[in-house]
Amino acid sequence: MFDFYFHLPLIVRLVLQAIAVILFMFPVAAACSMAERKVCAWIQNRPGPNRTIAPIGGLLTPLGIVGRIPFLGPFLQQMGIFQLAADGGKFTFKEDPVPAHVNKFYFILAPIVAMIPALTTVAVVPVGAYYAVVNGQTILQPIVLANVDIGLLAVFAVSSLGVYAVILAGWASNSKYAFLGGVRASAQLVSYELAMTLSVLPSFLWMNKPGGQGTLSLFDAVQMQNGVWHGFSMASLHGMWGVFYMPISAFIFLVALFAETNRAPFDMAEAESELVAGFHTEYGAFKWSLFFLAEYCHMIIGSAVCILLFFGGWNILPWIPLTTLIDWLSHFIPFAAHPLFMGLVGIGIFVGKVFSFIFFFMWVRWTLPRFRYDQVMHLGWKKLLPLSIANLIFYTLGIALLQK
Amino acid sequence: MAVIQVERKPLTFAERTYIPQIIGGLWVTLKHFFQPTVTLQYPEQRPEIPKGYRGVPTLVKDPNGREKCVSCQLCEFVCPPKAIRITPGEISAESDNAHVEKGPQAFDIDMLRCIYCGLCQEVCPEEAIFLQNQFSMSGYTRAEMVNNKERLYELGGTLPDEHLKWDKKKTAEEHGNAH
Repeated sequence: MFDFYFHLPLIVRLVLQAIAVILFMFPVAAACSMAERKVCAWIQNRPGPNRTIAPIGGLLTPLGIVGRIPFLGPFLQQMGIFQLAADGGKFTFKEDPVPAHVNKFYFILAPIVAMIPALTTVAVVPVGAYYAVVNGQTILQPIVLANVDIGLLAVFAVSSLGVYAVILAGWASNSKYAFLGGVRASAQLVSYELAMTLSVLPSFLWMNKPGGQGTLSLFDAVQMQNGVWHGFSMASLHGMWGVFYMPISAFIFLVALFAETNRAPFDMAEAESELVAGFHTEYGAFKWSLFFLAEYCHMIIGSAVCILLFFGGWNILPWIPLTTLIDWLSHFIPFAAHPLFMGLVGIGIFVGKVFSFIFFFMWVRWTLPRFRYDQVMHLGWKKLLPLSIANLIFYTLGIALLQK
Repeated sequence: MAVIQVERKPLTFAERTYIPQIIGGLWVTLKHFFQPTVTLQYPEQRPEIPKGYRGVPTLVKDPNGREKCVSCQLCEFVCPPKAIRITPGEISAESDNAHVEKGPQAFDIDMLRCIYCGLCQEVCPEEAIFLQNQFSMSGYTRAEMVNNKERLYELGGTLPDEHLKWDKKKTAEEHGNAH
């Protein structure tokens, strides 16, 4: 079965992988909306959605059957799992009005444009690693749709396109609030993109030795945190996560990530107390849910990149890379080093980290009030940008001195 | 007018970075995250009704099962939104309670008009109408929202009575010393 898969033509394998990733991303992004409601509820000492269950007629459906399993069913009901299906069904089947005053073509295009970058960036994000035999020697290979050397550049380039959807939606809606939301989103993106990009540069300064082979690959960024990256070796860095030796970078990246994904406290684009719902004021039903899903997809990708760069990727703990874990596990489990098992362990660890990040996003959202618009600009241009430049200069000098 | 100048402390560097405050806030929300919920699961759990609660107005019977209302219509007159409609009637001479003379033939309270002010209870000389603990009224039609006499007694039930004045009156009459 496993060998059969590897003997498929590359294009078939890539399509299968892409479908697998999208089939994973879509429900997870939807589940995040549920998680958001539950986390919000628990933070406010409420139970959150805990009533929905498939009706008796739903006994014919998988959800209806699962809901009737003793203990498990009521537990899932308490967790609001079935609410997810109800929400999804509602968004899919309810009337999808297009207001008369909008520019119809761009109005309908905007949610599609929102989804495309959100799902495209996954292609270059590695989610795990496995041992593969290439040319007779065993090397660690990433589990990734497209293992390209420009991984990070691709993520930045494509994910920034997401803001076009917001601007397009805001402009096509032909409404003041939506327009202001779009304008705010674009201004905010420009302000924080700079700081974000500058904050990750030190990470790649560590990796790329002058005159050596250059890379922007996210897999190599994790390899560096494994302590096995060949570019620049420093014994004390072995297995150390980026956040320990680049805390300022990690902090700036995280703050900018909140701004890039339009999450509270930076949710200027949809500030509901000021702009009704911002750029998606005029949207409803399925088109609105696409925006919603795109936001969560962006959060997932953003957290994934942050984890790859600063939080050790699929390594379970600092100083304990996946390879060490697998070596240790193989004392107990004979097939631990099998690509399938190792891949699943790596993906499991990585997805676990992504979920903790998503929780952190929600936690922050329900803790902090929204910044005022001028405060957002002030923070972006006068605080984060100088800080990230100073950070870059500091690491450039430091690395230059260390490499002498 | 005296002006009090409040000395405003300049923010420290740590405060200006927001970070200690943000961490403090995260700690507060995290504590709440693990606290038990305080929500009342309404249809299953019912709220505890405080004493003196003014719910749906109801008619009550005395401990002997006699309907207390004598259809004096004071409540009908006092009702600010005119929610009460009483049709007075005579109590037949064969009845045990013939000495009470009058009782309501029909007693309707329109709950779409009722404002739960409690004036009917306040004004009733017979202590026959009470605003009790029932707080949720619902129906599919306007007609369903009008409580008739049977429904009002069903909601009201029997309440203890300290005076039993009509029984005393009857006893007194039997012993020949009325008034």
